[in-house]
This record gives sequence, structure tokens and C-alpha cells, in this order.
Amino acid sequence: MNILVCISHVPDTTAKINFDAAGKGLDSTGVQFVINPYDEFSLTKALHLKEAHGGSITVLNVGGSETEPTLRKALAIGADQAIRINATPTDAITVAKELKNHIAAQSYDLILCGQESIDYNGQQVPAMLGALLNLPFVNACVDLTIDGSQATATGEIDGGHETYSGTLPLVVGGKKGLVEEKDLRIPNMRGIMTARSKPLAVAEPTENGAATQAVKFVKPAAKSAVKLVDSVDELVHLLHNEAKAI
Amino acid sequence: MSIIVFVEDWNNVFKKASFEAVSYAKSWADLAGTSVTAITSTHAQDPGTLATYGADRILTLSLSATPFGTAQQLAAMAEEATGIVIAGTSFGRSVAPALAALANGSLSTNTTSIPSSIAPVTVERGAFSSKGIETIELSGNLPIVSFVPNSIGIVETHGIGAVSSFDAAGTDLLTVTDKTVASGKVALPEAEVVVSAGRGLKGPENWAMIEELATVLGAATACSKPVSDIGWRPHSEHVGQTGIQVNPNLYIAIGISGAIQHLAGVSASKTIVVVNTDTEAPFFKAADYGIVGDAFEVVPQLVNAMRAFKAEQ
Repeated sequence: MNILVCISHVPDTTAKINFDAAGKGLDSTGVQFVINPYDEFSLTKALHLKEAHGGSITVLNVGGSETEPTLRKALAIGADQAIRINATPTDAITVAKELKNHIAAQSYDLILCGQESIDYNGQQVPAMLGALLNLPFVNACVDLTIDGSQATATGEIDGGHETYSGTLPLVVGGKKGLVEEKDLRIPNMRGIMTARSKPLAVAEPTENGAATQAVKFVKPAAKSAVKLVDSVDELVHLLHNEAKAI
Repeated sequence: MSIIVFVEDWNNVFKKASFEAVSYAKSWADLAGTSVTAITSTHAQDPGTLATYGADRILTLSLSATPFGTAQQLAAMAEEATGIVIAGTSFGRSVAPALAALANGSLSTNTTSIPSSIAPVTVERGAFSSKGIETIELSGNLPIVSFVPNSIGIVETHGIGAVSSFDAAGTDLLTVTDKTVASGKVALPEAEVVVSAGRGLKGPENWAMIEELATVLGAATACSKPVSDIGWRPHSEHVGQTGIQVNPNLYIAIGISGAIQHLAGVSASKTIVVVNTDTEAPFFKAADYGIVGDAFEVVPQLVNAMRAFKAEQ
């Protein structure tokens, strides 16, 4: 099975987020970048599928050279090869079109993404990719079984789950549940050494038309200090009269 | 031309987020000096009620079962649209990007404001797991907005409300084989009040009081990640970065320390109440109100106080 895992290079969950002076974008000073957590569940699922069915795993990222350590980490965890499309993405449709152009020229059985990236929280690229490729797509995917060319996938819906069946190739927006947290792998020394000799190809971008424009970024207003109350009656009173939350 | 709004139903009944979507479309249409066209399922009960929120024209059609098919059907209307509004429900979050790809649209998801300008359409959206607010211009073709449910509010107004049927083809690339939804419970992503508990509860057998508080408040129940990881509560209740992100008016966190991954899923809540024995719990820094105390004492008292309050209302 030929699996593609699309990877985003994002600030670590615990990173303090600051924006540049003009508010045009993230100030990456001192920020540690990681594989997008949602993508990590998808990557681990790809490893499980490869172990069960054989095949090869390609990881793909649209980004500048600063994102290569993230791809190397994916190789160290077990992907076979990496491709970086050399562009600094400005919006989701640009990324989705770059991915589409790459995928259309290959023959992947399965395209795994994370449900969303934890930087721009768009939850756009996987669904766009499915639509651009005219391939079936399952979002918020928490279970996936492959049997020959048939896929059975379960996605979270509001308040429950929905299960779908379809034919490969399939595009998936994955999250926890696809594999469990305990299944996530940390690169070991052997993995890190092997990753150095695995291929990491750089491809030039083919698209240049963004559909949206980020104007500015600000941090939300700081919360005022917590109001500690001594009794539940006081709490109910404040929630009703002050916060108007009940 | 008009603002087109996709109106989702659940078992033929409109979702609350759907009324909010029509209200969003109405605000936008007023700014753009145009009308509101609502698109909904032929099976939806009483489509005329959408006029209450500002729908001028209500088109019913036989909707596809999957987001992709639905996106194709909406794309058939794109030429008539000044803009398109879709509520950010789980279904809507899959429909909107597919539609943007098919109709060559310009999309904002996770949107938390109505447009501040319409030339080009400019909105605010959450980014960096609620640690940032992005102002974005939908400068390309056909602006499409998917908003966070419960972030805009429902406004009653008056629309013309003419109902007619409409036909457009949508292809489902997948077959839906099973659908399970917990019945009689408030769905977490669209709940106005959420009661959430963590390891401070000490064991799954102690959740009855959490369920009781939720029932009194008409709230959804939720939990922290460790609690779903050890299996005290189902994964579908896990709120946080890798779980569900919520945006209620009131989030009550009981016995949850407030790890940054948890805060990423709840910090968009309008009011946060924290009950914890540990005064140093990081959650107090993100809270509006706090009670330092033992959940086993505080929660039963809170149930009684809330019940008394509700009885007076």
C-alpha cells in the first residue's frame, strides 16, 4: 500500500504565541516547532497499516527549508521518504492545490492528513484536497480499516459517530482515536541515524494564487484575575447577575 | 444575487446553529444591501420558520448524505451568491472547504465575527488554539464564511420567507453504513453550558453528581484527557487540543488542573468557573470565577443552589 501523510510544521502546544510588531504574522523567536499533533496520529496510523499490509510511506510538507527537521523527524519515526514543496503557504487553498498537483502525478492508495493544524486551525486542507481530487473524504476520523481496495472509516459527528464505506484512494482528516496516544512513537537513535540517509526531495511550487489575505494578528485581551468566591450561593448570584451566564 | 446560507437539520429538525447561520447571513446581507436565501432539506419541518431569522427565500432540496455531495449541490448555486454562510458544525466543517475548492471560493473557517467590511469581506477568526485572533480578508472569488457555533448569537427579525423547491445533483463518494448519536443528551460542540470534570473526581463511580449538575443546567458533560485515557469517560467527552473544542457561554471545570492542552479546547468559553482543591491549579489563571474546595462537598451544594435558582426563574 502506497500511503501519503501530509505533515504541518507547527509551534509546540506549550509555546508562548507572540506576533511580530506589525501584527502580520507569528514571531517565531524562541518557538519550538513540532509535527502537528493531529498529523502525528495519522502518521502512526500509516505505520500500523504498513506493518499490516506492507507498502511505503511518503511524508509531504509545503514549507520553507526551516520545516525540514520536522520531515526528518517523521522519517526517524518510520516514514520511508519525504518531499518538501518549497513554498511558504499563505492559505489553505494554496496548500491544497500544491498537494493535489503532487498527488495527481503519483498513485497513492491512501492520503492521511491531520484534521487540522494547531497553528491556523482552519480544518480546510483535507476536505479541499478530497474535493479537488474528486476522492472520498472522511473528517475527524477516529477509526480506519483497510481490506483490499475497500476502506471502512468512522468519523466524529456532533454528539456521535458516523461510519462510511468506500473504495480507495481515500483522503482522511485524522485525530486521536485513529491510534491512541500511547501508540505514538518517539524516534530512537537507530531511527534518527537511518533518517539521515532516507530521501528528502525538494520540489518547486506550481501554484501562486491565494484566495485570502491575513490582515493582522492580535492576542486575545488578557483575562482579569479570577474572582474567588466562598459559597455556591455567591457563585450562582454572580453567574446570573454579573456574568449573565445563567 | 443574495447571501446564501446552508441550513442543516438533525432528524428533520433545524439545529440551533442553523438559526444562528441565518442570523449571520441576515447581518451580512444588510451590510451588502441584498437578500438572504436559505437552502435546506425537503425533509426539514416547517422551513417557513427561517423567516423569523431573516430568510427571504427558502429553497428546499433533496440533500446528499455526505458533505461532498452537499458541497456539489451548494456549488450549483454559487453563481447567484454574493456570499455563502455555513455553520461550523461537524458537517459544516467538511462542507465549507469542499465547497470553496469546487466553487473557487475564498474561505474563512473558525470565524468568530460578522463582517466588519464587505469590500473585501473582512472577518475575525480564532487561530493558534485561541491564543491569537486573526483578521482575514476574503479577497478572492466568492466569499464563504464558516463560523463557530454560539459565537455570533441568534437574532430574531423578519424575512419574506417564500418557500420553493430546488434541484441540484450531488454525488456521494462514500456510503454511510452506520450513525450513532447519544440520545437525550446535549451535544458537546453546540452546548451553551458544559460541566466538565477531571481526575479530581477520583473514579468513574463519582460522576453521578456531575451528570446531575448537567441535567439541572441543561448542560453537556465533558472531561479532561487523562479521564478519557484511563477510560472513566468516553473519548467523545474529551475536551481539549486533541479532543473537542467547545465554545459555551458557561464552562464549569471540576477537579481539572488546567493543562495547556485542555485550555486550548476551552478558552473560547465566555465564562469559566473552576472548582479545585489546589489553589495553585493553573486553571484558576484562565477562570472568571473560582471556588477553592473539594468537589465532593462543593458539587452537591452547587446542584442544590442551581436547582433552587432554576425553580425561581
